[in-house]
Amino acid sequence: MKKLLLSSVVVLIGFTFIARLSYLQLFRFSPDQILDDPAIKKVYDYPERGYIYDRDGKLLVGNQPAYDVMVIPREVKPLDTLEFCSLLGIDKEDFISKMKKARTYSPRLPSVLVPQLSKEDYAKLQEKMRHFTGFYIQKRSLRYYNTNSAANVLGYISEVNEADLKNNPYYVAGELKGRTGIEKQYEEILRGRKGVKHIQKDRFNRDIGPYKEGKLDTLPKQGQEIHITLDKELQEYGEMLMHGKRGGIVAIEPKTGEILAMISGPTYDPALLVGRQRSKNYSKLHYDTISKPTWDRSILAQPSPGSPFKTLNALIGLQEGVIDPSTTFRCYHGFYVGNTLRGCHCGGGVRNMNSGIYQSCNAYFAGVFRKIYDKYKTTDEGMDVWEKHMKSFGLGNYLGTDLPTGAPGRIPDKEYYDKWYGDNRWAASTIISNSIGQGEIAATPLQLANMTAAIANRGYFYTPHIIKSLGNSGSIDPRYTEPNYTTIDRKHFDPVIKGMADVYNYGTAKWLKIPGIDIAGKTGTVENYVKVNGERMQLTDHSVFVAFAPVENPQIALAVYIENGYYGARYAGHIASLLIEKYIKGEITRKDLEKRMLEKTLEHEYAKPYSGEPFKINEYVW
Amino acid sequence: MSGRGPLGRLDWLTVILYVLLVFIGWINIYSTSLSDTDTSLFDFSTMYGKQMLFIGLAFLGIVFVLFVESNFFERFASIFYVISIVLLLGLFVFGKTIAGATSWYDLGFFNLQPSELAKVATALALAKFLSDIQTDIRTRKHQMYAVIIILLPALLILPQPDPGSSLVYFSLFFVLFREGFPLFYLGLLIFMVVLFATTLMFGTVWVVLGMITLALLMYTFKRASVKIPILPVLGTIVLATLFSLSVNFVYENVFEQRHRDRFALWLGLEKDEKKLEEIKKTIGYNTYQSEKAIESGGSFGKGFLEGTRTKGDFVPAQHTDYIFSSVGEEWGFLGTTTVIILFTVFFLRLIHIAERQKNDFSRMYGYGVISLLVFHYFINIGMVIGLLPTIGIPLPFFSYGGSGLIFFSMLLFIFLKLDSNRLKDGI
Repeated sequence: MKKLLLSSVVVLIGFTFIARLSYLQLFRFSPDQILDDPAIKKVYDYPERGYIYDRDGKLLVGNQPAYDVMVIPREVKPLDTLEFCSLLGIDKEDFISKMKKARTYSPRLPSVLVPQLSKEDYAKLQEKMRHFTGFYIQKRSLRYYNTNSAANVLGYISEVNEADLKNNPYYVAGELKGRTGIEKQYEEILRGRKGVKHIQKDRFNRDIGPYKEGKLDTLPKQGQEIHITLDKELQEYGEMLMHGKRGGIVAIEPKTGEILAMISGPTYDPALLVGRQRSKNYSKLHYDTISKPTWDRSILAQPSPGSPFKTLNALIGLQEGVIDPSTTFRCYHGFYVGNTLRGCHCGGGVRNMNSGIYQSCNAYFAGVFRKIYDKYKTTDEGMDVWEKHMKSFGLGNYLGTDLPTGAPGRIPDKEYYDKWYGDNRWAASTIISNSIGQGEIAATPLQLANMTAAIANRGYFYTPHIIKSLGNSGSIDPRYTEPNYTTIDRKHFDPVIKGMADVYNYGTAKWLKIPGIDIAGKTGTVENYVKVNGERMQLTDHSVFVAFAPVENPQIALAVYIENGYYGARYAGHIASLLIEKYIKGEITRKDLEKRMLEKTLEHEYAKPYSGEPFKINEYVW
Repeated sequence: MSGRGPLGRLDWLTVILYVLLVFIGWINIYSTSLSDTDTSLFDFSTMYGKQMLFIGLAFLGIVFVLFVESNFFERFASIFYVISIVLLLGLFVFGKTIAGATSWYDLGFFNLQPSELAKVATALALAKFLSDIQTDIRTRKHQMYAVIIILLPALLILPQPDPGSSLVYFSLFFVLFREGFPLFYLGLLIFMVVLFATTLMFGTVWVVLGMITLALLMYTFKRASVKIPILPVLGTIVLATLFSLSVNFVYENVFEQRHRDRFALWLGLEKDEKKLEEIKKTIGYNTYQSEKAIESGGSFGKGFLEGTRTKGDFVPAQHTDYIFSSVGEEWGFLGTTTVIILFTVFFLRLIHIAERQKNDFSRMYGYGVISLLVFHYFINIGMVIGLLPTIGIPLPFFSYGGSGLIFFSMLLFIFLKLDSNRLKDGI
């Protein structure tokens, strides 16, 4: 018994050890431990982020070097502090406190001593740097903007946050990622792919050579450049015109669906979101909840479109065969719904399609609208047909652009009104406001511009997009090169376009003609309400304008939406006219018109609801 | 057969196992201490170069052991013992301090650690005392002498401070148990350790309830013919309860926070995740790193010289006390089990050899050797793989260190020498 005691103990110990070791090495072992192995440090080699060019190859976004002065405290040798400080442009106290901070963080690891030196300071410092042991200059790359416009389109990049790290294993803390706009949409193309080196470290975090002789290392893949469809000059000019105004402008090339300009007012200089001041500036922009500069009105604002919408009702009337261009309706300075007179500013009289459009007669389009519904036995059927036609113009749903944000707008359907009024408790006369683009209709400026492009093309549109050519291959998603056909036959467009051209010849925009260019357009003046402190109040009408030019062979179709700009022909009409001239002619001949737009602001309108005093809307004088 | 010289009857299986262990140990020291700059294997400025030198010295020691008369050790056992006690005392005056412990004599080329020498001497002295014809281990007086022989060096080593080495001497009690020292003491010791741990883990109330339940079960399931007197059982429970209460008192009032932290870590007492993490990173840093290193080895390890954690020096004292973590990282489960099996076979062989001795002195000395080696092995690997609290003693034949390797080798080969002579003893 006693002889066996020690043997049993030895065997028991052996079994216990092997059990514990199998727990540690077989059960608890996981092959991706390399990820949290403190002894293997990954060092990344970041490729340069791709440049962004406009449609003509003009640089919009590039990169600029920034120079951080780094220090490894324990490698610092005694130095001429005064000279060093004067080179860095800091005073001695500052230098001492920064050195102390760096030493506290780690004597062995590099800390930033002075971030983002200017190029001039860097040049001066570079020659002298070898005198200062323990300090070195680390080059970093920041975005450089060759324009001060298109901030919302281009988007910005910022450091990845915890959610990004969790969702995408590619990113490592401290890396940059596209947050909005093109930077977000084409992140992977612009970013490229970082290279990885595995470095074996000791417990003091010192390099002791490559891990496995670099077998696991990868080379960086360069970020690719992209060309976008914006026209730099048109974009910059449009933003100048938007000075002091809120609203959105979208211009599209009808024969390709390429977005020529996407302007949101107010806007900001994209360079504000770069470098040391980024975070401060971002908060300032983001928390401006009244003018909302980061809210891209060109794709997110969803006002009622107003009168430009009439052109679609005309087209549907023609397609359904309920009217022809010569069909007339009488305008009694308005039209009757039951016994109520709804107003009209066209001047009254008998209207056919042509004068109905260029005089923007409400009564004419109310008549057309009723006829569309009267064709069908039930309002429901009429509604379905109307909705189908409307949606074929890209309204009432996301367009499917390559912009990371967007809004669907609204084309109401029968379910919508059944819920609102009850089943069979509504008819065409109930929803008659839809005939003139008010009521429950909502559309973003992008949707309006696209609708205008579809009219300009006489019946089809290409899904609007911002990408012109992508990276090295140059190809883009085929979605953007296939036409989307509307439900309206080509032949019905001519009378409507004639009416839109006459808007400039005799109608609401006759003062905005451009010598030598035939334009087709349509004004819109949109009633709107706002709630301030729980009180609903009516504000000055929104000014809306859609147009395309030239009428034959259209090169540009655009929609302009100016908040509280009153008549469509005022702000929106002016801006549309100027942009068309700028794009087609390359210069502005009507300097008075331009001067007026550059100088006039609507700040006084925007201040009204917050003034706390009673105010007048739709003032005649401007 | 008797004409075959001093090597003829050597137990070659043991020798081969010994050589294997020393070789594997050196391989791992080489791996953990290899630097980028290529140097020769015999560059004595490196750890592995020095260890190579120590292996050479150990070989000389072995040769010396094998060529002296085998009764030399028995005859001079008492003198060795006295010398080592003197050397231990001398440390208080002439000792050299390394890493906070005054455990070395500086001999210029070599730091001598007398506590290693004392292990050999104590094992010899104990065997000599017990095998003396006049000694009767059943008498209190002789029990007392034996205990003094064991504990005297331990007491001298404790204040160096080197509690680990001092604890090692307790393993020699195994020799006493083998030779008739009442097993009751062993049982009592184990019982106290269990009580101590369970009290800390579950509290006095549950421990007492547990004991009562056990006692009741014992009475319920005993065979009717077996009579168990009730008084001793009750007495045991009462004493155990008192002990359990005193554990709480000692733990809270006598122990210092660093001791408490070690126990908290070992027994999993700390329930607060954050605090536990904190303890793991400070007090438990060594164990944490070594467990991680072993774990990262997986089934087959990262390969020779590929251990990233040991290369990066993340595991402290990795070439000495934590050498086994390098085996785990670079050679994986395959390597660690191989080493465990080698040690197990080695010990079983030694026990077999000890039991076949006809000479009492040889057997008792053999048991001393085995007890010392097993104890080192148990405490060291137990600590490295996170089963036992941190106690700093080396792994025999593996760990870097001259005194350790040389005296462990001499300890072993004295026994093998005695064994090779066993047939003559019978005459």
